[in-house]
Amino acid sequence: MRTLHRFPGGIHPEEHKAESSARPIHAPFIPNRLFIPMRQHIGQPAKPIVKVGDKVLKGQMIGQADGYVSTAVHASSSGVVTGIGLHAVAHPSGLPDLCITIDTDGHDTWTELQPLDWQSLDPAAVRGYVRDLGIAGLGGAVFPSSIKLDPKNQPIHTLILNGGECEPWITCDDRLMRERAEEVLQGARIMQHLLGAQTVIAGIEDNKPEAIAAMQAAAEKLGLQIEIAAMPTRYPGGGGKQITQTLTGLETPSGKLSTDIGVQVFNVGTAYALARAILHGEPLISRIVTVTGHVLGPQNYETLIGTPMGELVMHAGEREGTTGLIMGGPMMGFDVQPEAPVVKATNCVLVKSAELFPPKPRELPCIRCTECARVCPAQLQPQELYWFARAKNFGKAQEYNLFDCIECGCCSYVCPSHIPLVDYYRFAKSEIWAREKEKHAADIARERHEFRLFRLEREKKEKAERLAAKAQTKKAEAPTLTTDEQDAKKKLIAEALARAQAKKAGVAPKNTDNLTPEQCAEIAEIEARRARIREMAKKTIEPEKHL
Amino acid sequence: MTASTHTLPPNTSVTRVMTLVLACLMPGVLVYVWQFGWGIVINLVWASLLALGIEALALRLRGYPLKPFLTDGSAVVTAWLLALSIPPLAPWWMTLVGMIFAIGVAKHLYGGLGQNIFNPAMIGFAVLIISFPVQMTQWSAPLSLAGHAPNFTESLSLIFADTLPDGVNLDAIISATPLDTVRTGLMQQHTLDEIHGASRIFGQIGGVGSEWVAAAYLVGGIALWAFRIVPWQVPVAFLAGIWLTAGFLHWFDTGRYAAPWFQIAMPSSMLGAFFIATDPVSGSTTPKGRLIFGLGAGFLTVIIRAFGGYPDGVAFSILLMNLCVPLIDAWTQPRVFGTAKD
Repeated sequence: MRTLHRFPGGIHPEEHKAESSARPIHAPFIPNRLFIPMRQHIGQPAKPIVKVGDKVLKGQMIGQADGYVSTAVHASSSGVVTGIGLHAVAHPSGLPDLCITIDTDGHDTWTELQPLDWQSLDPAAVRGYVRDLGIAGLGGAVFPSSIKLDPKNQPIHTLILNGGECEPWITCDDRLMRERAEEVLQGARIMQHLLGAQTVIAGIEDNKPEAIAAMQAAAEKLGLQIEIAAMPTRYPGGGGKQITQTLTGLETPSGKLSTDIGVQVFNVGTAYALARAILHGEPLISRIVTVTGHVLGPQNYETLIGTPMGELVMHAGEREGTTGLIMGGPMMGFDVQPEAPVVKATNCVLVKSAELFPPKPRELPCIRCTECARVCPAQLQPQELYWFARAKNFGKAQEYNLFDCIECGCCSYVCPSHIPLVDYYRFAKSEIWAREKEKHAADIARERHEFRLFRLEREKKEKAERLAAKAQTKKAEAPTLTTDEQDAKKKLIAEALARAQAKKAGVAPKNTDNLTPEQCAEIAEIEARRARIREMAKKTIEPEKHL
Repeated sequence: MTASTHTLPPNTSVTRVMTLVLACLMPGVLVYVWQFGWGIVINLVWASLLALGIEALALRLRGYPLKPFLTDGSAVVTAWLLALSIPPLAPWWMTLVGMIFAIGVAKHLYGGLGQNIFNPAMIGFAVLIISFPVQMTQWSAPLSLAGHAPNFTESLSLIFADTLPDGVNLDAIISATPLDTVRTGLMQQHTLDEIHGASRIFGQIGGVGSEWVAAAYLVGGIALWAFRIVPWQVPVAFLAGIWLTAGFLHWFDTGRYAAPWFQIAMPSSMLGAFFIATDPVSGSTTPKGRLIFGLGAGFLTVIIRAFGGYPDGVAFSILLMNLCVPLIDAWTQPRVFGTAKD
């Protein structure tokens, strides 16, 4: 038995798992219309590679990975592309995003699938395959798996399969492990191979005894060296840093990823999707979604990506008195429109009613009771961060480790003043990002301006030198100038040179001397790209958080 | 932006926190009535009514909605803490003045609930002890020692009409507190032993009657900790601060400085430790900071009792430590997950 460690903070909200966990996973249905967003993962959205009017087959790539931090998108069923444009998507902002609309033909005809001989192939090739099959983390953060499967310079000693599923109401991973444990473990086996990890541990919260038993049985049957650990049920025990600490005792350093300490965490759903992709050649076109809350038949549905959530709710039995939909759990999920399609990140569609989710009581002032600090898994001082965010004192907020906040919502949950604390932290974070972006743009503009000044000065200097050289030859031909005049001219030239040099010293601190404007433009472009990547990296501090 | 968390546990509210504070004060109040008579009940009710009235007026003037803030319970907690800190038969206008400064000035002029840097009840107390030092020493005598035990109506007319019961003079009803007795005796160059021998006010550990009130505050305070309304650091550090400082002084000169147990057995020490120094709004918020806050307040309490101009020092020591909170908090930020261990 593995010694389990305790992560700080945490809460134990009402579980509400029994509502949806009793019934088996429902087979997928084909909606008349699929809306498939190009941005379903962290990083660059996929690039559409089909045109309106194209016939597509089930599993056919319709969006190509664009850049390193990106992954492909596929048609979830066969049909005709009838639109490429903005459509409602699941995003906290409520803004529409680029989607490919497919009118399904009902035949559900597969494209040709190619299983992969992963053991004999070069890992890099396997990763490329993973990317083209659209595999991204299904725990909620949807980080492209091809990147997470690349150990790069940091050797990975431990692979953690995250079956925590600590958010109330959600049971999709529970059902997956109960019904498809073998494929989950086959996926884990491939992950272990690609990462070269010595240890594989599956962490499952102990409120899922059936899932734990099923995984243990599957591990024995496959003869895999994999530990199945029953973790105490405590939210947010399925958070990447939390499960890492629970299972290994290792604390992920502030601002870093668990990979920096040699641990890689994958959601069990991702392992399953990887197994389907590698062993059967199936791209990620469907996932298990818990439909629960205020519905007649709460259940888990195998759901085609792109299915409007409203239709899914209709299938589960819509009820009178529905007040809205949440994508995800009650702690970290957000409100969505019923038109928004199911995406790779959709683990749950939680249907609200006034009884289940009464409106929040009025927000009162903070009384500094520090209940929030007691439950904060990042050991932050949420009450201080709240003051700083409110006062827009963002420098201080960063000093107090705002960016270590994983937005789990424990603080908002326990707050006696009912302050939506996480909203304040998200606001502060986005303001800081916006300011950094602005500052970076200003830096580029300033550098350009300074370079222009330098160039003008250099041209002036060159001209002066040319003139001086000319004068020299003139002088050689007709030495009529008096020494006084010569001295005065020399002095002028020397002064101009000194001025130019002084300016140059003050202006050009880098190796950007003597560059053509084209080169400068290129540098600026590279800088901009780097900034984008840096920002992405920041956003993905928690690549595989399954809460 | 969407609400960050869609679900809340039942019974989490400021009102619940404040109601629990009041509930945990109840043992102390009951013992107070048992040992000292009806005066404190009248004073608690009167102070509560004043608190709500002044709170309502302040909210109206500031354009805030009345209902959520009047029902949060914080004004009543302030009222009870002030009423329990002043003599139970204090005239009605003293409570009025105290509550105006507590709720009107210390709370609302600083921005209302959650914004006050000083404990409002202690500001009210400080104003009263500075302005009306004589009235503030006229405490009810314990019933077991009193020449006359005023009943409910007699207490009422004493507080609101300043009329004594027929044929009873004031000295039969009031008495100096044990701390005050010690203080006066020391000023007359008596030793502690002489003072203890000359007065009947001293009980087993602290004062007759008042030591039971202190014990009841302790019981209520432990309950408050068990309900997780107050952290353990503040009361433990506060009492430790009193004990250590008083212990050192007592060891230094047994004849001049009161014993540590005696100091801790004062009701003000227990009320201060569990109910006043633990005020989250004006106190420190970090674990280490709370230890410093409590230790500092305990230390200053004894220093003021021993060397200051007032018989008790709990109020001033807590107000002084309130001043230091921003600095203490900034210095004692706890380690964040994933950062280097100290």
